[in-house]
Amino acid sequence: MTSSSLFVAVRCVFVRDVTVALRRSTDVLTPLVFFIIVGSLFPLGVGPEPNLLSTMAPGVIWVAALLATMLSLSRLFANDYADGTLEQLTLTPHPLTTLVLAKIMAHWLLTGLPLVLISPLLALQLNFQYENMGILVASLLLGTPVLSLIGSVGAALTLGLRGGGVLLSLLVLPLYTPVLIFGAGAVSTHALGMDVEAHLSLLAALLVLSVIFTPWVTAIALRISLD
Amino acid sequence: MIYKKYASPKNFYPLAGRLIPWLGVLTVLLLAVGLYWGLFVAPTDYQQGESYRIIFLHVPSAWMSMFVYVIMAAAGALGLTWKTKLAEVLASACAPIGASFTLVTLVTGSIWGKPMWGTWWVWDARLTSELILLFLYIGFMALEASIEEPRRAARAAAVLALVGVVNIPIIHFSVEWWNTLHQPASVSKLGAPSIHPSMLVPLLMMFIGFKLYFATVVLMRMRYAILEREKHTRWVAEVVGTKAQ
Amino acid sequence: MSWSEFISMGGYGGYVWSAYGFAIFVLVINVIIPMRRRGVVLKALRQFIVSQTVQEK
Repeated sequence: MTSSSLFVAVRCVFVRDVTVALRRSTDVLTPLVFFIIVGSLFPLGVGPEPNLLSTMAPGVIWVAALLATMLSLSRLFANDYADGTLEQLTLTPHPLTTLVLAKIMAHWLLTGLPLVLISPLLALQLNFQYENMGILVASLLLGTPVLSLIGSVGAALTLGLRGGGVLLSLLVLPLYTPVLIFGAGAVSTHALGMDVEAHLSLLAALLVLSVIFTPWVTAIALRISLD
Repeated sequence: MIYKKYASPKNFYPLAGRLIPWLGVLTVLLLAVGLYWGLFVAPTDYQQGESYRIIFLHVPSAWMSMFVYVIMAAAGALGLTWKTKLAEVLASACAPIGASFTLVTLVTGSIWGKPMWGTWWVWDARLTSELILLFLYIGFMALEASIEEPRRAARAAAVLALVGVVNIPIIHFSVEWWNTLHQPASVSKLGAPSIHPSMLVPLLMMFIGFKLYFATVVLMRMRYAILEREKHTRWVAEVVGTKAQ
Repeated sequence: MSWSEFISMGGYGGYVWSAYGFAIFVLVINVIIPMRRRGVVLKALRQFIVSQTVQEK
């Protein structure tokens, strides 16, 4: 077993996950549409006043991103669990942690990244100033992988449970608070004309920490759920 | 090895049964003295008047809400690594009690906030962290309740508790940060500008009283949880049999 | 300090006593629940053990 075989395995898992997800394109599109719908409902709820909307925009976009990511989390392991692939993965000679990381990366590529790319559209709807668009995209780019990573722990723990979806949100949403605070905070701080380096560094720190620890925890949780 | 001896459910069960009455009496005594001291002896606060007396509930239960979570996570870790049944039972017994302390903290904090801030709820950093802590407790209990098999339930919940315990400082820090960003020192914090010793004594008494209370109630919960877990064993049959006569 | 003064808590009586009332209520509930659960568990276990001994016979 060489390091190249591990690399092959990781690439296999990654490519397979992406292909399978693309084949069920509704799975990929639903969170995106959900993201847009949630964002569009806010003006209907609070009124179309442009100033109010532009102050609320960072928070609304970030909360919508949180919810949309959460909606897609069950896709992460559920299908593989149902058809037994997951069981096979735990039996390979490769460390499960690395394979899990590959799966999470595939998940982010098809949920997090599209959210980031589509977020300027939502921002326009909410009367968001153009000059803050860069920070919005940067904060989402740093933050959405953290959402996928933390979410994977919840998805692994609730694998195969009745009412898994609601339970998953109960477990994961409280853990998302720091990402929400630093992410939305970066955008609104920038809108006030202040320096956002601290916010972005903290988001990056969260990303590094969660890349290091969450795949490992998720692997442990998966083994417990498959036991 | 004393630890080994009492970590076996069979020996723990009667030991806990013998401890509970003593702990219960001590708890009632300490809480009674603490309350008496807090309500009658401690002087009136010159800034907040008599309303500050809520501190004797609010602050100790806030300490307890975090203390219990740490105990819960530590017990979960023990259960995960050494598969100690007793630790698994302890972790699951902690959750409802910790959640209760969190709820008490939130409600007393909110009641205290009304005369101090003029509203029932302020997004104060500490209250907000406490609210998220309550969500974490609820998540733990919900996950545990939705898994049928007790072994898997305990292990999955333990993982969640450990993730939670790592996250609590991060959550707390982020909430503090968010709070200073949005409310630049306009709201004075609850609690202690300068705590007079005559206030500190009842505060500590309440804190120790709450700890003893926690020990008592957790043992009560563990006792029946152990019986349920071990129902196929001979010693449970004997215990239940003698109770039946 | 008179009794009525004590109850009124310098005008904050409503706040102080509702906080204390709620806390004591929660603490007492947390004692009652395990006591009742214990009864339920013992009863269920008794039936379980009887059913097992019947099966053995």
